[in-house]
Amino acid sequence: MSNILVYALHHDGAINKNSLGAISEASKLAGELGGEVHVVLVGEDISDDVAGSVGTYGAAKALRVVAPAGVAQPVVDAVAKIAQDGDYGYAIFGGGLLGFEAGAGVAARLGGGIAVEITGLRVDGGAIIAERPILGDSEISEIKFKGFGVVVGRLNAFELAPSGSAVAVEDVAVELSAASGKVTVVTRGEQRGADVNIEDAQVLITGGRGLGSPENFSVADGLAAAFGGNAAVAATRAAVDAGWFPYAGQIGQTGKTVAPKVYIGLGVSGAIQHKVGMQSAENIIAINKDSNAPIFEFADLGVIGDLHAIVPALSEAIKAKKG
Amino acid sequence: MTKIVVLVKEVPDAAVQKHIDSSVGRLDRSGEKTLNPFDTHAIEAALQLRESGALDVEEVVAITVGPSSAQKALHKAVSLGADRSIHLTDDALAGSDVVATGYALAELVKRENPDLVLAGQQSDDGQSYAVGAVVAEHLGWPALTQVIKLDVDGQTLTCERQAEYGYDTVKVELPAVISVGDAINEPRYPSLKAIMGAKKKPLETLSVGDAGIDASKVGADGSQAVWQSSKQPPAKSAGTIIEDEDTAQTVEKIVAWLDERKLV
Amino acid sequence: MAASHNGGVAPSQFPPPVDVVEEFVGAPTDPEDERIEVGVAIVGGGPAGLAAANRLLQLLGDDPELLESLGEVPVAVIEKGKVCGAHSMSGAVMKPGPFKTLFPDANLAELPFTYTEAEDDGAVFFRNEKKAFSFPVTPPPFVNKGNWVISIAQLCRWMADQAEEQGAYILTETAAAKLLVDGDAVVGVRTGDKGRGKEGEELRNFEPGMDMTAKATVLAEGNWGHLTGAAVKRFDLAAGKQPAIWEIGAKEVWKVKKPWKKVVHTFGWPARPQKKHAEAGGGWIYPMGEDQVSIGYVIPLHTPDATASVHDLLQAFKAHPYVREVLEGGERTAWGAKAIQAGGYASMPKLSVPGAVIAGEGGSMVDMARLKGVHMALEAGRLAAEKIYEQLKAGSNDFTSYEDAIEESLVGKTLREVQNNRPLLDAHSMPVGAALSGLDFVTKGKLPPGKPSLHRDADVEVSVPDKPLSDRYPQPDGKYFFDKLSSVFITGNATRDDAPSHIRIEKRVPRDVAETWKWMCPAGVYEIEDDQPAEGFVDVTVNYTNCVQCGAITARGGRLTPPEGGDGPAYQVT
Repeated sequence: MSNILVYALHHDGAINKNSLGAISEASKLAGELGGEVHVVLVGEDISDDVAGSVGTYGAAKALRVVAPAGVAQPVVDAVAKIAQDGDYGYAIFGGGLLGFEAGAGVAARLGGGIAVEITGLRVDGGAIIAERPILGDSEISEIKFKGFGVVVGRLNAFELAPSGSAVAVEDVAVELSAASGKVTVVTRGEQRGADVNIEDAQVLITGGRGLGSPENFSVADGLAAAFGGNAAVAATRAAVDAGWFPYAGQIGQTGKTVAPKVYIGLGVSGAIQHKVGMQSAENIIAINKDSNAPIFEFADLGVIGDLHAIVPALSEAIKAKKG
Repeated sequence: MTKIVVLVKEVPDAAVQKHIDSSVGRLDRSGEKTLNPFDTHAIEAALQLRESGALDVEEVVAITVGPSSAQKALHKAVSLGADRSIHLTDDALAGSDVVATGYALAELVKRENPDLVLAGQQSDDGQSYAVGAVVAEHLGWPALTQVIKLDVDGQTLTCERQAEYGYDTVKVELPAVISVGDAINEPRYPSLKAIMGAKKKPLETLSVGDAGIDASKVGADGSQAVWQSSKQPPAKSAGTIIEDEDTAQTVEKIVAWLDERKLV
Repeated sequence: MAASHNGGVAPSQFPPPVDVVEEFVGAPTDPEDERIEVGVAIVGGGPAGLAAANRLLQLLGDDPELLESLGEVPVAVIEKGKVCGAHSMSGAVMKPGPFKTLFPDANLAELPFTYTEAEDDGAVFFRNEKKAFSFPVTPPPFVNKGNWVISIAQLCRWMADQAEEQGAYILTETAAAKLLVDGDAVVGVRTGDKGRGKEGEELRNFEPGMDMTAKATVLAEGNWGHLTGAAVKRFDLAAGKQPAIWEIGAKEVWKVKKPWKKVVHTFGWPARPQKKHAEAGGGWIYPMGEDQVSIGYVIPLHTPDATASVHDLLQAFKAHPYVREVLEGGERTAWGAKAIQAGGYASMPKLSVPGAVIAGEGGSMVDMARLKGVHMALEAGRLAAEKIYEQLKAGSNDFTSYEDAIEESLVGKTLREVQNNRPLLDAHSMPVGAALSGLDFVTKGKLPPGKPSLHRDADVEVSVPDKPLSDRYPQPDGKYFFDKLSSVFITGNATRDDAPSHIRIEKRVPRDVAETWKWMCPAGVYEIEDDQPAEGFVDVTVNYTNCVQCGAITARGGRLTPPEGGDGPAYQVT
């Protein structure tokens, strides 16, 4: 005891940043536990270079399983089999949808425990303690495991820490379960709507469901125009799901992660799935008439009021200010 | 003819200020409770499959695991359109983690032997996003979560969802466990007649023993993830709050705030 | 006398565009086979309605034959709140008698809604923002030894559970929107629609209301009765009576560091004592167990000063050193506000029509001398059940025997004794009024001689005076003093954003009327935008999603209707 398994999600020839974060975090922990980090990659076309690159974040082994990518079942088969055959105490998944699905499946198959939305990990008495923020992040629960422990990180919770060099790739044969054969990815990573760039903007005006209608995104456009140059408009998942804004401009768990200088949320409630994508913004401003909205818990400046009245006036004021 | 099981849960009402009982590290569930709002989307999805004729649905069964009060969540589920419900309640279940709860639910599902299990994408309280996948694993079925569009063709479901890199379209063969996202539909209001009729629809109450559940795999003892302690997050300096009473003044304050930080 | 700077204007000159009888009373419209048939329909899951439900089922439990004849649903309680108690707020100190009569086996000390059995009481006069004088002996109306401090929100939950166990259908999240009549008899209610948009349009999940016909209907709607009001108009039940008048109370529950033992009532500051202000206001401080207290403040809804705001008066009340001492180091955990029917016996309408009765506060059953109504509501609900039971058994829908029963009960007796009490406070300056009402109380209404004459709250002329009451309101700090929005926030108010407005007012009114509504509303529903003129007519913005269903707007010239079922506050311990 005990090595740590990390699942690395990849797409389009690149390993997911959250997986790299998980590998980095696991490397720190493995050092303290006196074990190694072994990374599992599941896919049909993962190159040696891509797989081996996990070594540069501290992994000792890259274990490649040839199986369909993009759904959880083959990942469960792979991680569970490798965990059963080796000496592992934990499996760690970075943020993202597959992490929840595959992590839950692995925990169930191995009779282990699972802790999700984890923002911090530490070693105490030879075991990993996982920190989970709860109740709108007002409190942190500390969780440990009796047996095999599965940790699913919160999006962007673990920092990337390059260390070590590329490793050789080991191919592992895993027999897929019946369930794996019943899931087929038809299309993956489809981008819907116009391509908008929100990751490079210094000022992001984000529209949520509180905007009320797609036409009202013009209010956000107006404010972005007032800031000029480096400002862009983005949206929450609720607004994108409602078809008000293209997916490329979505911030959050299943969208982009951004860290602008200024974030202004218009009618954004601030659900955790959104928060994880924008909490690194330097200055968070929220305008929402719902004083109940969680975003007011973490906004640097919260304005409780009707955005339709305030924002046009604000746009004018900023324009006037800039002369 | 197909049967759909919907997994539901009783959660504290969103209006109730939640807090953790520091002696056991679990959510204090003494306040008002309600049916997990995310689950209403799963029930609605089941009804739409039936009403659209996409599936020849014989029966929609709501099942839950929880204390005696959880019966009310089942009444709500039935008033929304489920045909009957099953309530697993037993002191032995107290303290079950998500894997243990998923195991117990899977045992209930096995008794029903449905073609499709639907669940909400998350519970309003625990927010593990995981129970559907655990249930599927115990059943040996495929699972897919956060589905926002569901089409049926024979025994194959075509599901859409937002995943890490954009929209994914995934085909899943029945039987399967599908967790739906809240964008999939807009749940209906229960009709008054349905509310009044809810208590008359069959509700089966089972103990762990009745359901053939291995008691050693549930409850605090049967759970592998253990709450150890709670702590406060690092203090974040509280933000400034402006309540808009006078738009001109509010705007002035926002601009001053931005100006102070040299952001305009 | 209104302190008026522009000639004076009364809100009642600007009635809302609504024809109450036309809109809220009518024959059933659903085809007969689609109607829901119940035995007794009870509108309102408060103390009166739930007492009626419990008592009916007790009686029906011993009478299988009648029970059978009432059909599948012998008793239905229709409650617009998310649960019974969600819209209920009261001080509350309850005289235990009627509760014990209704639930002889229950032990108050063990029930979830009781906090403290009062052992000590007191009355305190706040002369100004610093000085307080305790009465050496508690004046008789404020003697509370042996009464129970309760949470009415919790009482209703408990009573609903009891009724449900006995077989009642508790239909929460359901508004009673329309009174169903057949000729001159009430035959049930129509429930409210759900799923309408802002403009009243049907949304995709629209679910229409339904006609619920009943052999008997109990209107137990509480402080402002949507259907009670409609029935009073339709059947002319207030003929020869004084108009209904209201006061308004706001309440906070605090978790405190040191236990508070006494049931205390205060009068005076921050309300002003002069007769011209008509601000016969007062406060309370009640213990709720070892570590909580209930505080509140009450003021009439016929103050001529447009800036009278009970929300802010309660904040000012907390600034008094006497109150600060109690709350020191504590934390606010709940808030609520509610109008109170204050007309008493003089305003009590005729309580029955064929097919229906009125019970509880909606029937003006509040003892304003003692500031108590819960026990009367329980008593009235019980009596309503017993008389309805008798008449149903006799195959009749004539419930006039209920009117007699109320007259002879503690409800009628008490209300007759105190009927002059509150009006005396309004008719004189505070010290004189207090003395006279004290005399009135101890002589059980015999002295001073004469009967009260009440005026509709909305007929009082309003204006913003040069020295407004609002000068006394403290600045909110979010810790000890709160603004209206943060108060509404902790009620768990969950009114759907795109629901149609349930508040009927004339939206273009003189500024003084608009100001009155703005200050009056404890939840910040009425707003006057910045672009409105300083004088003359202004447009009123109605933030109806803030509404906590307090009912004050009905007193002050508007008309509240029930929101979509389930909307409004979710009071927990108020």
